[in-house]
Amino acid sequence: MTTLNRSLRLLAGLTLLTGFLYPLSVWVAGRRLWPEAAEGQLVRRADRILGSALLAQPARDPRHFWPRPSAGAYATVASGASQQAWTNAVLARTVAERRAALGGAPDLPPDLLTASGSGLDPHLSPAAARAQLARVAAARRLDAAQAGALAALLERRVEGGQFSPARINVLLLNLELDARFPE
Amino acid sequence: MTAADFLHLVTFVAALLAVTPLLGRWLADVLGGETPVGLRVLAPVERLLYRAGGVSPDEDMSWPQYAGALVAFNLLGGAVVLALQLAQGYLPLNPEGFGAVPLGVAVNTAVSFLTNTNWQAYSGEASLSYLTQMSGLGVQNFLSAATGLAVLAALARGFRRQSAAGLGCFWADLVRSTLYVLLPLSFALALVLVAQGVVQSFAPYVRATGLEGSEQVIPLGPAASQVAIKQLGTNGGGFFGLNSAHPFENPTPLSNFLQALAILALPAGCVHAFGLLTGARRHAWTLYAVMLVFFLGALGLSLWSEYATPGAATLALEGKEVRFGVTPSVLWATSTTVASNGSVNAMHSSLSPLAGGLALGNILLGEIIFGGIGSGLYGMVMMAVLAVFLAGLMVGRTPEYLGKKIESQEVRMAAVAVLLPCAVVLIGCAVSCLTAAGRAAPGNPGPHALTELLYAWGSMANNNGSAFGSLAATGGLYTWGGALAMLAGRFGVILPVLAFAGRIAAQRTVPASAGSFPTDGPLFAVLLASVILIVAGLTYFPALALGPVLEHLLLIAGRAC
Repeated sequence: MTTLNRSLRLLAGLTLLTGFLYPLSVWVAGRRLWPEAAEGQLVRRADRILGSALLAQPARDPRHFWPRPSAGAYATVASGASQQAWTNAVLARTVAERRAALGGAPDLPPDLLTASGSGLDPHLSPAAARAQLARVAAARRLDAAQAGALAALLERRVEGGQFSPARINVLLLNLELDARFPE
Repeated sequence: MTAADFLHLVTFVAALLAVTPLLGRWLADVLGGETPVGLRVLAPVERLLYRAGGVSPDEDMSWPQYAGALVAFNLLGGAVVLALQLAQGYLPLNPEGFGAVPLGVAVNTAVSFLTNTNWQAYSGEASLSYLTQMSGLGVQNFLSAATGLAVLAALARGFRRQSAAGLGCFWADLVRSTLYVLLPLSFALALVLVAQGVVQSFAPYVRATGLEGSEQVIPLGPAASQVAIKQLGTNGGGFFGLNSAHPFENPTPLSNFLQALAILALPAGCVHAFGLLTGARRHAWTLYAVMLVFFLGALGLSLWSEYATPGAATLALEGKEVRFGVTPSVLWATSTTVASNGSVNAMHSSLSPLAGGLALGNILLGEIIFGGIGSGLYGMVMMAVLAVFLAGLMVGRTPEYLGKKIESQEVRMAAVAVLLPCAVVLIGCAVSCLTAAGRAAPGNPGPHALTELLYAWGSMANNNGSAFGSLAATGGLYTWGGALAMLAGRFGVILPVLAFAGRIAAQRTVPASAGSFPTDGPLFAVLLASVILIVAGLTYFPALALGPVLEHLLLIAGRAC
C-alpha cells in the first residue's frame, strides 16, 4: 500500500512538472520568440486565412501550380498516406493514371507521380514545378516575355539544394504568382 | 546518391560519435548521484519531489522492492493515461470537443505509452484533446524513458557492488533521470523545433479557406514540447497521426536532422555511461562497436535497396517527403528501428521490400542495437551474458562477466529476457495468420501482407512502435492482444534483468585471472555479433524469407500482386 501511495504522490508531482510546467514554458518561450512559427505559419491575404505555409492544399485550377498527389485527398484531420507496397498492383495503376493525366511523358519527375508521406507535403522539387510551367503560362495567357518572367520567379523561389533537397513551397509560389500575374 | 547525401550521412555519424561520450558522462554522473554543475538550480525541485512523494532517495531497495516500485509506478501512470482518454470530453483544453476514445484503443494507447512502445492505434489530431496529449502521453514519454534509465542504473550497481542486498532507490533514479537529463535536453530541443516551425499552441484548430476556395481545418496543439521528448526518450508516438512526416511535426531538413540524431543520442550515451558506472569502459566500447557495425550495415543495405531495386526511379518517393528526400528518410528508418523509437518521417510500408524488411529485421534483433533508452543497453548486456556463457561451454569452466560468476540462474534470467519477446512475436503472428480478424487487417496483397503482420507483432513485443501503416490496427486482436504483447515485451525483460542484477549484486567480485575470457576486443565482438545473428536468424528466418525476401524476388521478376 505504501508503494502505491508513494507512486501516486510522486506521479502527481512529476505530472505537474513534465505535463504542465514543461509544455507551458515551451509555449511561453515560443510565443515570445517565434510567434508565427509556433502558431502554424498561417498565410493571410486581405484578412482571409488562406492556409498554412507548411500544409499543402488541393489545387486543380490550371492557372496554379499543383502540389504532390495526396492519398488522403489533402484532408488534415487526419491526413493520410497510401501505405501501398511497391508490389501492390493498385500503386502501379495509380502511378500510370497520374502519368497519363499529366500528359504521359516518360520523364515526369517522380514527386508528381507518387503520394507523399504526410499527405500534406507542401513542397515540389524544382523539376516538378518546371514541368507545370507551360500549363500555367498557357492558362494565364502569358506572352513569351511574361513566361520568361514566370520561369525566373520559379527559380527564385527554390530553397535548399546544397545541404538539403532543392524544393519549392507550392502555396507561397502560387500566392506570388497571383500577385505578379493577375487576371 | 548525391554528394549532399554522403555529406548528410557522414555528418550524422560524426555527430553521433561526438555526442556519445558527452551524454555518457552526463548520464553516468546523474545516475551515479552527482548533480551536474549547471543544473544545481534544480536541486530544490528534486527535494520537493521527494517530499511530495514521501520517499527517501537514500533508501536501498532489494531487487523485488525495486521491481515492485517500478511496476506499480508504471501501471499507475498507464491508468492515468487511460482515464484521461476516457474522460477527456468532460475535461478542459479540448477545443475540438473530442469525446471518449473507444476502450480497446484507449487501453492499447495507455499500455503503449507506459511501456515506451508508442504504437499508434490512435490519430492524435483526430481524437485526442490537448490535455490528454500533454499531461497523459507527454508525461509517460518522460517517465517510461526514465524507467529505462533506472533499470540501467540498477544493473550497473549490480555489477559494481559485492555482497550487497540492494540495487539503489528506484524513486531517486526516476526523479534524477527526468529532472537532470530528459527535461533540460527536451526543453532545449523543443525550442529549436519551435523556431523551425513545429507548432506549440493552445489555440483551437484554424478554419481556413484555401486559394481555390476549398475549406481546410488546420490542426494545432502543444506539439513541439511533445516531439522533443518523443525523440530523446525513444518513445516515438506522434502528436499527429503521420508522426514526423507531418510538416507540423517535422517542418525542415534541419528539424529532421536534429530529430534523427535525438533518436540515437541517449541510447548511444547509455552504452558509454554503463562503461563509466561499472568501470568496464573497454567492454562498453566493444558493445558500442558491435552496435555501430550492425547499424551501418543495415543502413548501407537499406540505401542500396531503396536506390537499386527495379522501379526505384519512380516509386522511391512514395510515402516520402520532398523536403527530406530518399537518403535522410532511409537514415531515419534505420535509426528509428535499431533504437526502439518508432517515430517515422516516411511510411515504412511504402519502402522497397528489402528496406522495409531490414527495418523489420532491426526490430527483431531485439532492440539492442543502441535500442531503447536504457533498455537497449540492458538488453545487449543480457545478450553478452549468453555470449560469455557459450564461450564458457567451449572452454569448460564457469564463465565470468565483468568480475561476476555467471551461473545457471544468471543464464536462465538472460535467456528469458532474450527469448520472451521472440516467443510473443511468433505467437502473435501465428494467431493473426490463423484467425479471420488477423488476416483481414493487412492492407496490401501478397507477401507484403505477412510482413505487415510480423512487423506489427515485432514492433509491439519489442516496444518499438513503428508500423506498416497499411495494417488496420483498431480491431480487438491488435488493440487488446497488442497491449498484452507490449506489457510482456517490456516487463518480461525488465523483471529478469532486475533479478539478474539482484543476484550478481549479492555475489563477491572475482578478480580476472589468466583463464578469464576477455570481454573486450575483436574476438568478443565477433562472438557477440554471431550470437545476436544466430538468435534472430533461428527465430525469424522462415518468416522473413516468406515476407520481404519473397516480395523482393517477385518485384525483380516483374510480378505485381
